[in-house]
Amino acid sequence: MMRTWHSARRLLPLIAVFGTVLAGCGREDLSVLRPQGPAAESSLGLMKLAISIMIVVLLIVFSIAAYVLIRFRRKPGQNEIPEQIEGSFKLEVLWTVIPLILVIVLAVPTVRTVFALGDNHSGDKNAIKVKVTGHQYWWEFEYPDYGIKTAQDLIIPAGKNIAFELTTNDVLHSFWVPSLSGKIDTNPTGATNRFSFSAPKEGVYRGKCAELCGPSHGFMEFKVKAVSNDEFKQWIEAQKAPAVLPEDPALAQTFKEQCLKCHAVGDQGLSVGPNLTGIGSRESVAGILLNDDTRQDGAPVEENLKSWLHDTQGVKPGNLMPDPKQDMGLTDDEIDRIADYLAGYKLN
Amino acid sequence: MDWITTVDHKKIAILYLWAGGLFFGIGGIEALLIRWQLIKPMNDFLDAQTFNELITMHGTTMIFLGVMPVIFALMNAVIPLQIGARDVAFPFLNALGFWTFLFGGLLLNLSWVMGGAPDAGWTSYTPLSTSAYSGTHGVDFYTIGLQIAGLGTLIGGINFLATIITMRAPGMSYMRMPMFAWATFITSAIILFAFPAITVGLVLLTFDRILGANFFEPGAGGSPVLWQHIFWIFGHPEVYILILPAFGIISEVIPTFARKRLFGYSSMVFATILIAFLGFMVWAHHMFTTGLGPVANALFAVSTMLIAVPTGIKIFNWLFTMWGGSVRFTTPNLFASGFIPTFTMGGVTGVMLASAPADFQFHDTYFVVAHFHYVIVGGLVMGLFAGLHYWWPKMFGRMLSETLGKWTFWTFITGFHLTFFVQHFLGLMGMQRRVFTYLPNQHFDTLNLVSTIGAGLMGVGTLIFLANIVITSRNPMDADDDPWEDGRTLEWSIPSPPPEYNFKQTPLVRGLDALWKEKTAGNKGMTPAEPVGSIHMPSATPLPFIMSVGIFIAGFGFMFSRDNFSSGFVSFLFNNYIVTGLGLLITFGAMLMRSLYDDHGWHIEPEELEGR
Ligand code: HEM
Ligand SMILES: [Cu+2]
Repeated sequence: MMRTWHSARRLLPLIAVFGTVLAGCGREDLSVLRPQGPAAESSLGLMKLAISIMIVVLLIVFSIAAYVLIRFRRKPGQNEIPEQIEGSFKLEVLWTVIPLILVIVLAVPTVRTVFALGDNHSGDKNAIKVKVTGHQYWWEFEYPDYGIKTAQDLIIPAGKNIAFELTTNDVLHSFWVPSLSGKIDTNPTGATNRFSFSAPKEGVYRGKCAELCGPSHGFMEFKVKAVSNDEFKQWIEAQKAPAVLPEDPALAQTFKEQCLKCHAVGDQGLSVGPNLTGIGSRESVAGILLNDDTRQDGAPVEENLKSWLHDTQGVKPGNLMPDPKQDMGLTDDEIDRIADYLAGYKLN
Repeated sequence: MDWITTVDHKKIAILYLWAGGLFFGIGGIEALLIRWQLIKPMNDFLDAQTFNELITMHGTTMIFLGVMPVIFALMNAVIPLQIGARDVAFPFLNALGFWTFLFGGLLLNLSWVMGGAPDAGWTSYTPLSTSAYSGTHGVDFYTIGLQIAGLGTLIGGINFLATIITMRAPGMSYMRMPMFAWATFITSAIILFAFPAITVGLVLLTFDRILGANFFEPGAGGSPVLWQHIFWIFGHPEVYILILPAFGIISEVIPTFARKRLFGYSSMVFATILIAFLGFMVWAHHMFTTGLGPVANALFAVSTMLIAVPTGIKIFNWLFTMWGGSVRFTTPNLFASGFIPTFTMGGVTGVMLASAPADFQFHDTYFVVAHFHYVIVGGLVMGLFAGLHYWWPKMFGRMLSETLGKWTFWTFITGFHLTFFVQHFLGLMGMQRRVFTYLPNQHFDTLNLVSTIGAGLMGVGTLIFLANIVITSRNPMDADDDPWEDGRTLEWSIPSPPPEYNFKQTPLVRGLDALWKEKTAGNKGMTPAEPVGSIHMPSATPLPFIMSVGIFIAGFGFMFSRDNFSSGFVSFLFNNYIVTGLGLLITFGAMLMRSLYDDHGWHIEPEELEGR
């Protein structure tokens, strides 16, 4: 045992290096290992504790295993029968008690954190309330205190606690922003879930759906955009402003008749589908076509809107939006002009 | 024909092995297709729907139809021999269990060619698995196929319980039973308690889908969370149904090749029982993110961590069995020694997952995929490889090639770690599981590539194993009674393969590791507990096969009872439950025949026994 401890101690710097490499793993806006908020930090804290304990256990097991496998290998000509040992009460007690202690070391902070994270801030006056509703394959975010709804981009003021209330409109989904917090399922109403997190730093964080929900489950992404308090207020006001419709009255008519029977912009339309108010200033179209033409995997927003409107099933297989051309009878030209209009529909 | 009517546990073992091999192959091909799709971002090799069908069928097939029958194959081949019995307690039921399993599995796989495989994940969470969101017959194949296959498993479990309780040779007290027999005993007990839960769940889901019931329909007062509870109350013990037999195998292989008795036998027995018990208490650790609240999460987190204690006992006992021994690295022992560190890695990530707030991050990501493959593939499949290489000469009378065996081991274990180790990091970096593709530039690309290459290597390892079987099957059947030379338990005291009646005379057991005890006392074999006499044997019968065909037809008929077929006559047959009725008629008819016709079996007389 002494010797194993010694080699374990010598390996500590290695573990430290390993740890830092781990911490540098993945994108800042996406990786569990690079937390950007207190909830994700407390999960990572536990993960670090657990993995340190587990690495120690592994080192012990591996070194004993390696030692036994090398030391007690049968050599040619070796034919004697080893002594048949029944067991050792002392040793067996030892490896019952040590794991028990390790388990307690992990269990205590686990229980503490479970209760700390169970705090959902729903009664907190300073918290921003957001109702999250999962739909096959998009996210709806409602701000009941402000009477507005948006989709795909969740805008929050940096540093404030956000009190979430989560449900689903159809099958189960799971709301997950790895760099800000662990995930929580969206169950149908009646089993509504509540939780909260905050993002101290301004920035855009990637969110995902983590519960199999159909063909495009993997594409059910969203963005969390943490902005300053002022920007948040401005955004709320802009979101409440009356709808801006296409300038060409004919196009506006088509848009109203065909698109607004599911979608809403400003004060018009329905919200069966994602709310489109200010879609020109969103981070992405459909959650996955990134509106960032400075990057290789992004494209200008009007291009993304066109990709989407010309081939909704190709972009997100199995999604429930009717095809603009086939099902709504729009011409290619109308589709392109609607895309241009939407791309220009920016807030501020 | 002989294979269809047999009730001999050794032949049923071989049937289970081939059937398991078949399904394992299907599940493996599905895995390789999945991995090929994930080799690079935005790959369009498979479409999203097919991918979801593949992951669902891969998981379902591997868990229910791939590894379970191989476990049952080894149990059938070995357990009666290890406890000194001439057969299992109910040979007829044993055959019935196999055939219902096979027909259930076939029904499930027919979905591939009959309009769509199940696509809601092997866990079939509602509402995704209800007819509102999964419109093909896929999930019906899942509920009904698994129901029929599950019947077979339950029958098998009960049979082993009865066998082990009543048919041990004279002198074999419980505390002299080999560890594999103990593992089988406890596993069967878990089956007895866990399978009824999934049976109920599947019936309720079938009713929801086919008869329009509302058990899980939120709009009508049903609860999707209820399904999760039912599923995992079965599902978690199921994991122990899988891993305990592997523990049993490792506990047989290591002592044999270390030439040392198992270290801490009684603590091993105790640990096995404790694991089984705790296995029933922790199901909600699959549901930390469902929103059960902090109290439930805390309780289930702590009870889950406790399982680490008995598991740790086992690992250290295996290591100390080798300590001071004279260890020989045959293929079975390579797999057993590879098992220990690999399984330990799966175990420690299990403890990490048990920490609920950390699991909020791990859950439903590739970290979890890595964890359970470390346990199931790195633990169970390695254990099965160890057991298959170990008992192959006993089952078939031929040794497998050691050279090819070692190649199998090295390619398989290298491929395994390549595939699954990197997946821990994928999960932590934000890749959720069950995604048919992923966007580029998320730092997922390289690790996915590595993982796919590893999967290919595992495929190569499996192919080498198959080649080994084919090549050595041409050799003469010349394996010794005790081909590894250091056999410790009763199965090594009789010829390989054993005669139909196993033991000419029931052996007298005088201690743990009965054969080893006789060997060290200078005896050549076991002392018999009875004089040579007439041996009673059960008759071969096609009835179990016919009963299973009937259940298969009934299930099929029920599934399509709401469909409109192009032919009015066919619709008439299905819609009026005529097909279902016909199937049930076949089954009940066969049962009636079984009850009315008294079959007393037959005897092998002493002259015949001596004649050999
Ligand atoms: C060649 C070996 C294998 C490879 C490469 C492999 C690969 C995979 C992959 C890529 C997934 C999908 C992960 C996801 O996105 O959810 C998966 C899922 C799964 N695998 Fe395997 N696997 C292998 C063997 C096995 C074995 C032997 C078993 C069990 C005995 C197994 C059980 C499962 C289960 C239960 C799932 C979850 C399916 C679901 O989500 O519905 N796998 N596997
Ligand atoms: Cu999803």
